[in-house]
Amino acid sequence: MSNATLSPRRDSLRGATLPKWFAWAVAAGSLALGYGISAAAGLHSDVQWALIAAVLFVVGSYAVSAKIEGARQAKDRTATSLVWVAFLLAVTPLASLLWETAERGVKVLDGYFLTHSMGVVADAEPGGGIYHALLGTLEQVGLAALISVPVGVLTAIYLVEYGRGKLAKAVTFFVDVMTGIPSIVAGLFILSLWVLILKMGPSGFAGSLALSILMIPVVVRSTEEMLKLVPNELREASLALGVPKWRTILKVVLPTSIGGIITGIMLAVARITGETAPVLLLVWGTDFINANPFQDPQESLPMYIYLQFGAGSDPAYDRAWAAALTLIAFIMILNLVARGIARWKAPR
Amino acid sequence: MAKRIDVSGLNAYYGSFLAIEDISMTVEPRSVTAFIGPSGCGKSTFLRTLNRMHEVTPGGRVDGKVMLDDENLYGAGIDPVAVRREVGMVFQRPNPFPTMSVYDNVAAGLRLNGKYKKSQLDDIVEKSLKGANLWNEVKDRLNKPGSGLSGGQQQRLCIARAIAVEPNVLLMDEPCSALDPISTLAIEDLIGELKERFTIVIVTHNMQQAARVSDRTAFFNLAAVGQPGKLIEIDDTERIFSNPSVQATEDYISGRFG
Repeated sequence: MSNATLSPRRDSLRGATLPKWFAWAVAAGSLALGYGISAAAGLHSDVQWALIAAVLFVVGSYAVSAKIEGARQAKDRTATSLVWVAFLLAVTPLASLLWETAERGVKVLDGYFLTHSMGVVADAEPGGGIYHALLGTLEQVGLAALISVPVGVLTAIYLVEYGRGKLAKAVTFFVDVMTGIPSIVAGLFILSLWVLILKMGPSGFAGSLALSILMIPVVVRSTEEMLKLVPNELREASLALGVPKWRTILKVVLPTSIGGIITGIMLAVARITGETAPVLLLVWGTDFINANPFQDPQESLPMYIYLQFGAGSDPAYDRAWAAALTLIAFIMILNLVARGIARWKAPR
Repeated sequence: MAKRIDVSGLNAYYGSFLAIEDISMTVEPRSVTAFIGPSGCGKSTFLRTLNRMHEVTPGGRVDGKVMLDDENLYGAGIDPVAVRREVGMVFQRPNPFPTMSVYDNVAAGLRLNGKYKKSQLDDIVEKSLKGANLWNEVKDRLNKPGSGLSGGQQQRLCIARAIAVEPNVLLMDEPCSALDPISTLAIEDLIGELKERFTIVIVTHNMQQAARVSDRTAFFNLAAVGQPGKLIEIDDTERIFSNPSVQATEDYISGRFG
């Protein structure tokens, strides 16, 4: 027979398939087995039995599926289970971090905590709040955004719409370099320029300067990507109507990409809100309310968390966790707002 | 309104690459002139030199003369923005502004160029949409997004947008290649009406279309890939399709090559 070497032809397109609950059953089985093995072997860490269970899950579903469904479906199941394992590995720390922070943070988080400072509260006493830190963070981040957004967006417009040749290449290069600057270095740079050479004292604004060094490259990069997404046809359509280039950018290119640009700005804000190092160097911190970002030390949330945790008493720990929860909530709200704006502004 | 275009000795480059070489032709006012030829022969490039859109492409450069009545578009001190208000353009793929409504799309050229009263704009928008045979289909949805229309409607919207600024010349770069036969027919009928008011130049890959809509036809060709495209001949459409004077034209039209 000439076709004897070929694989036998199947009689039907129907193949054996495992039921839907199969994956869940294997998962439950391998969890139980993993727990049993580690109990029998006397392992104590949760990580160990979870890893054993993960390996059992991947191997088990492959073996059963290869037996019943065939090699191709088994490979498919292996890939799916690897993706699931990777997903759980990524999500577990995140979920546990959120849970931990929420559980410990809600203890002292209330209206009083949000509206009072640490002015007359000693580190070891209960009471006090984060009003001064919240105010400082909002002002510093707001000022940093006020500096970075125009600089960043205009730089991106230059790079995408006008930049040709050496200057554009140089700007791109320096933006790349700036992306990699560690926050402590940005802080030291402003410290030497603003405080040591120009003899300005520590202030919220000095912190904003350092934060904007960190924020500008992020804004440039994200805005650049968004502007590049605008189809060239739209620019040409506008130019062909006899609209000057600057008006084309202002009225056609920016409105088309504004959703993405705002999302990028919000994410950049979220990034710098958690920065501690430059704030420590330049804003110094205070227990009192200082609403003026241009004079005298201010507080900020990350610094508050750092100092309270360093204070070492139980009430201080509680305050640190509550402040951390506030910080996470603030960043989460920013992200949600960014998503909302992106959806609202998306071209229909 | 319509103006005559007189091109002489025109070369267009992309960087150092010569894309079209030594083109001279006259386009009569209130007529339709069709450009045909194989892909890459420079039809679209030549079309884009007629409203100075060629130089928008990085590295794009032109030498030679394009006279619009008695003004050289490439003369000293000519503002390309002003040229594009005189010479409008419709592109291959419908490209309405996605952030704007039907109304705003048509009004875009006027609004982005200056201040108009609402009543004035209303009149121009209605007139332009009627001119593009689109008014009846969209008059109840003027404030809906322009990208929600069908492909053929979008292309007529783009034509309405182009004629709203009252240009003298309308350039069309394969305006029907992304459309179905019914929408194509609608646009071809429209071209027939528009030529009463405008000078129209249309690039097309569809030779039947060139034969149907145009008064004069220009055939472009290139010797080989990497060589510049050239104008082989331009003549009355009837002659080009029945008895062209150059053998290459006849070969192309009868499908012997290309």
